[in-house]
Amino acid sequence: MLVLNFFLFRILPGDPERTLTRLQRVSPSTIDEVKKELGLDRPLMVQFFDYLGDTARGELGISYVFSRPVSEVIGAALWPTVLLLGVATVGATVIGTLIGIWGAWRRGSAADTASLGFSLVTYAMPEFWLGMMLILGFAVALDWFPTSFMSTPGLADASAGVQLVDTLEHLFLPALTLVLALLGEYALIMRSSVIEAMNEDYVTTARAKGMREALVLRKHVVPNALLPVVTLAALNLGFIVSGAITVETVFSWPGLGQLTFRAINGGPDYPLLQGLFLLFSVAVIFANLAADLLLGMLDPRIGRA
Amino acid sequence: MNIYAAPSARAVRRTRRVRAFKSSARLFARSKMGVAGLAILAVFVALALLADVLVPEARLSVTNAPGAPLQPPSSRFWLGTDELGRSVLDLVIQGSQISLLVGFLATTISMLIGALIGISAGYFGGWIGAVLMRITDWFLVIPFLPLAIVLAAILGRSLFVIALVIGIVTWPGTARVVRAQVLTLKERPYVERARALGASNRQIIARHILPNVFPLIFANTILVVAVAILTETTLSFLGLGDPFSISWGSILESAFAEGAISLGAWWYLVPPGLCIVLVVLGFTMCGYAFDEILDPRLRER
Repeated sequence: MLVLNFFLFRILPGDPERTLTRLQRVSPSTIDEVKKELGLDRPLMVQFFDYLGDTARGELGISYVFSRPVSEVIGAALWPTVLLLGVATVGATVIGTLIGIWGAWRRGSAADTASLGFSLVTYAMPEFWLGMMLILGFAVALDWFPTSFMSTPGLADASAGVQLVDTLEHLFLPALTLVLALLGEYALIMRSSVIEAMNEDYVTTARAKGMREALVLRKHVVPNALLPVVTLAALNLGFIVSGAITVETVFSWPGLGQLTFRAINGGPDYPLLQGLFLLFSVAVIFANLAADLLLGMLDPRIGRA
Repeated sequence: MNIYAAPSARAVRRTRRVRAFKSSARLFARSKMGVAGLAILAVFVALALLADVLVPEARLSVTNAPGAPLQPPSSRFWLGTDELGRSVLDLVIQGSQISLLVGFLATTISMLIGALIGISAGYFGGWIGAVLMRITDWFLVIPFLPLAIVLAAILGRSLFVIALVIGIVTWPGTARVVRAQVLTLKERPYVERARALGASNRQIIARHILPNVFPLIFANTILVVAVAILTETTLSFLGLGDPFSISWGSILESAFAEGAISLGAWWYLVPPGLCIVLVVLGFTMCGYAFDEILDPRLRER
């Protein structure tokens, strides 16, 4: 991972020293100076090991746009994103799972068909456009929620309660956007998973024992059907991260996604992009690992690999 | 003249293929979803092909736009105007061309990489297969939008780069599916027979493997086009698109940059997004219909 991240940014065209100095007229000697300052005059392998060492120490370079260390810039934007994604993931998983169970139970009903159609449509929708539509409806036309940012300016001295309510108001629309965007997939997976589990032998056995249908569903079907959702939740983190980039941009949410947008349009700001890409990748890889381990604990059939 | 002569192998193969195609087409026509999806797509493809006729270039002029900026829909501009006074309807029609073009181009690249890697990994197996699958897994795990952003930011902004980037981030799914199919195909008796007769790897792949994985690749193509169009929109919206061409994503980008949201200029935001939703929906619906043809278990009882 680190190896690729390093070479991706070095080998491919686009010299940082050229980007940094492109607006001014510079002599070749100035370019050499900038190169030396950035450490670009040394052999590639030396640069590579420097990069490994720096990353291990948490030093990711200086952002061109903010003129501050990348780790500092990212650190400041981390929590808003964790908050937004956390709320959205929990919301989408819970609601999506419930819709899925219900759809499988009442298979073929009008509500089931409607939820399938809904899943298809939300899948076809770019998340940021959904966000724009929600802002147009609920924030601009109805004025129920604020359009952007994480808090109202000038509330720094207000009581903690007021600030909390304010943050929640700002959180609502972006979180709703992501929940709606993700919901459909969870519902679909849960639906097919429940339908599959309902045909298992142990479910027939439970019914044969004279167990009530609702109890069969709760005790035997749902716990087993939930397993694929665990995997999906982890695999989806990559997708959620993608959604967060555009949704945060639309809502000016001060998180990593908006930071990515600013890094793209500010140069591009390579050190910052590199840091963000590293963080996103590591987060997703860890989520996959965690899901594997969790699944191993939840499902004895998988065993310990 | 011997009218009982056995038809040549080639003729047999052709009739068999025509028959298979006809029966697939019949199954497809029976799927309401598939037909509806195909109808949506036909409309948009026609729109894209006729875009240059429907929208004369002069009407998209940046310096000499036909209307006043940001006007709501009227009898002259059915979908209102943008910040420069150009008709949003014209922009959306013109945008269909680039959005579909990039979508198809990206999908072609994605399919070529996916099929090549999938077939080699499955057919040759061994350490080559292991290495190829490692690479595939790596691309599957890495969050694909950040990777696409990074690649696009480094490689620059042009239509081809965008298509290439989308191709690079979307091939692993195809590679996995194709490999799985090839693994079962190469154990079939007719492949073994061909090898016993002295056929080379190239002949076996071209004659026996490729025709049998082709339907699978085709079904995957439809779903990848949908993803490619969505990704193009997202990348353009983030400012990584070709600055000189109009796509649905770049319309949304400029609408967002001009503050269309807070101005309440819904006519600038709704149409391009709606087009994206319809086209992606069209592809997904066709995809479902094809899945049902390929996998009879999915057909409704």
